[in-house]
Amino acid sequence: MRRFAALYAELDRTTSTLAKREAIATYVDEAPPADAAWAAYVLGGGKLRRLAKSGELRQALAAATGYPDWLIEESYEQVGDLAETIALMLPAGNGKLSGVPLQTWMEERLPELGRLDSAARVEQLRAWWAALLPTQVFLLNKLMTGSLRVGVSRRLVVQAIAQWSGQPTDLIAHRMSGDWRPSADALNALGAPASADEHLADRPYPFFLASPLEHEADSLGDRAEWLAEWKWDGIRAQLMRRGDSVGLWSRGEERLDGRFPEIERAAFSLPAQAVLDGEVLAWDAVAGLPLVFTALQKRIGKLKPGPKLLADAPVRFMAYDVLEHEGVDLRERPLHERRALLARLLASTDATLMMSPPITRDSWSALAAQRESSRARQTEGLMLKRLDSPYRVGRKRGDWWKWKVDPHTLDAVLLYAQPGHGRRSGLFTDYSFGVWDGEALVSVAKAYSGLDDQEIGRLDRWIRAHTTERFGPVRAVDPVQVFELAFEAVQLSGRHKSGVAVRFPRILRWRTDKGIGDADKLDDLRRLASG
Amino acid sequence: MLDPLLQPLPEGLYVPAGDFFIDPMLPVAQAVVTHAHGDHARPGSGRYQVAAAGIGLMRERLGVDSLIDGHAYGERFAMGAVTVSLHPSGHVLGAAQVRMEHAGRVVVVSGDYKREADPTCTPFEPVPCEVFVTESTFGLPVYRWPPMDQVIDELLAWWDDCARRQVPAVLFCYALGKAQRILAELVRRTDRTVHLHGAMLRLVQSYREAGVAMVPTEPVSDSAHGRDFAGELIMAPPSAAGSPWMKRFARASTGFASGWMQIRGNRRRRGYDRGFVVSDHADWPGLLRSIEESQATRVYVTHGEGATLIRYLRELGHDAVALKVLRESDDESGG
Repeated sequence: MRRFAALYAELDRTTSTLAKREAIATYVDEAPPADAAWAAYVLGGGKLRRLAKSGELRQALAAATGYPDWLIEESYEQVGDLAETIALMLPAGNGKLSGVPLQTWMEERLPELGRLDSAARVEQLRAWWAALLPTQVFLLNKLMTGSLRVGVSRRLVVQAIAQWSGQPTDLIAHRMSGDWRPSADALNALGAPASADEHLADRPYPFFLASPLEHEADSLGDRAEWLAEWKWDGIRAQLMRRGDSVGLWSRGEERLDGRFPEIERAAFSLPAQAVLDGEVLAWDAVAGLPLVFTALQKRIGKLKPGPKLLADAPVRFMAYDVLEHEGVDLRERPLHERRALLARLLASTDATLMMSPPITRDSWSALAAQRESSRARQTEGLMLKRLDSPYRVGRKRGDWWKWKVDPHTLDAVLLYAQPGHGRRSGLFTDYSFGVWDGEALVSVAKAYSGLDDQEIGRLDRWIRAHTTERFGPVRAVDPVQVFELAFEAVQLSGRHKSGVAVRFPRILRWRTDKGIGDADKLDDLRRLASG
Repeated sequence: MLDPLLQPLPEGLYVPAGDFFIDPMLPVAQAVVTHAHGDHARPGSGRYQVAAAGIGLMRERLGVDSLIDGHAYGERFAMGAVTVSLHPSGHVLGAAQVRMEHAGRVVVVSGDYKREADPTCTPFEPVPCEVFVTESTFGLPVYRWPPMDQVIDELLAWWDDCARRQVPAVLFCYALGKAQRILAELVRRTDRTVHLHGAMLRLVQSYREAGVAMVPTEPVSDSAHGRDFAGELIMAPPSAAGSPWMKRFARASTGFASGWMQIRGNRRRRGYDRGFVVSDHADWPGLLRSIEESQATRVYVTHGEGATLIRYLRELGHDAVALKVLRESDDESGG
């Protein structure tokens, strides 16, 4: 743990990705391989199953410090991170367990913790804390309860391992995709030269992600060099057939197996070795359009869906691309070739597999006009892909652009605020907004982002000075401040008190020029939802 | 009902029996000023009573024409019916607690204070009293200051690392108190020159004149235009961050010295490369210890996380009450 804590400190104190990559590569080179494998795993966002409840951590902290629960809560509210709050409040430990390797924590000690009963777990936590230094207490708590959040992306870990091993990043990325299990052997296999049939392993290819189009579309040049498609609003996924088995992987590289049986069944109509990239959509076969997103949401969480759910929210796989066919990795082939092959393949497969149709308007302006109908088609806008582009890894700018429709907006009044976490800890940054329902303001949306640091600071001070009531960490404030929110869609919802669910709300601007009388009305949202 | 000696008015904390204000924000006839930070020392009042140790800084702040009386720590003087004496608070050079005796009662307004050793000022002196007024800038148990030696080790390691990477090291800190404390800590370890932002020059000079030993310093403005500051340590007030002044320190690594740097979220949010936990305010154990040592039967708590400290003190059996003193927040003494 000592060495890993030193790496963490080094990563935490620089904002330079180059310096971070160097630090990780050096650590991987110097640390015992099993520790390095676990470090790569957790830095890349991998987690253990949650081993201790936050209530148990709080209990152990109260026992270790003698502080009352409310004081622990107020401290947590200020710090915004329980793992850190604990490290800051505990009496200094003696460091006797500092030398226990990361591997031992991850493979033995922490899993054992999960098997204890709650009281024993609290005792064990206290004993560990007393034998670690503060930064190690912080890290141990993080490993038990969630991710490290130290400004290291999966991609950066991949690059560091590529640097350490001398192998190409795309190869490392593919090897670490899916459910990569850390061990000394796994680390060495990551850094080994590629074998000929390696791409046939049971894991997804790293996804290629589009960037938002920031200029006019005609700046992309000749329209004929670009494929235009709808930007479907579902779950991006890769569908994989490997002989007798089928896999469906989300963009987060989690297996979705069991949730969408109709897609898995349909995958057997693909050739024996094939991988498609596409979007899982809940589909209205009569209208020939996706169902509203909430229909798909009902399916996402449901393993082995029952007949009623299957009938109410049937799903389709809208294929964008083919990445592998008959065991051949096609990612370096130009997009137009892959699309031609995709069209041939899907001509004879199960109808659950659909091809995302090209939009054939032959000028940018005609395309822009077509984009205006995106919402009516339940899509988020358009995708523009260069026809001679390969299938790249990650978010590389230049070949794939998303050209989303402008969001809806509404003016709403700030009603409640709550302190944020991580970078925003100790500041009121999580807001609830309301609109008029007759004479009353009804909360309709929560938003976390959209203000700059200066505005956040200003609003934080205002909130502290204008709190009318406190409910735990949540503060009710004078209804005075009006904000313009953007959102993607609104749907009628029985689960929300306001009767509407606003999708992906975020703050566009602080409307200091507006009074609360200018805020929007709930009726208008209802109308938009039913329209 | 508040104490008869303490009356919060819009101008500041008023002491009726002595007809004077402590740290008035607006011009008044008679002022007792605890220390020279801009949110405590404001020009325009008729006459000022301050600790003699800080009189140079006070002149810097209040203007050379102001009527300022300096008092040795512990010296008793009369203000109306009140006997006043000033006692070291350990906050910055010349910082004082105000002890007031009237009708057989003793009230101490401690101003801003800290309990850690500081080579630039006289250490905090516990003053027994019946009523103790305390600050609470860092009134939460998550604030416990690391030993200064350890922080200076980190600072020197960072400076060395910047030298190795051939980039400037720009350390942001408050211009009054924090900057001089760090320069005075550094002189125990090194004789390397530190470059200063213009806003710090006179204040550093004031400290030198008061006899505080510090590492050699040089104004950034004395360097030729286009000079390469690679490997040099530069100190500047936080307001210089992101200003055009920073342009001459290309690729600089930036640090911030403040008690707020104790919290990781603050470090990340502020966007400095490094945070150094240095504060001239009392940490949580320092607040509790000072309140205990005052032996006060009633404690008034001003600004900061006051509500938390008050609730905790009450649970410990103290009679603790909030004292709301209007004070414009000021970047200078903020942490």
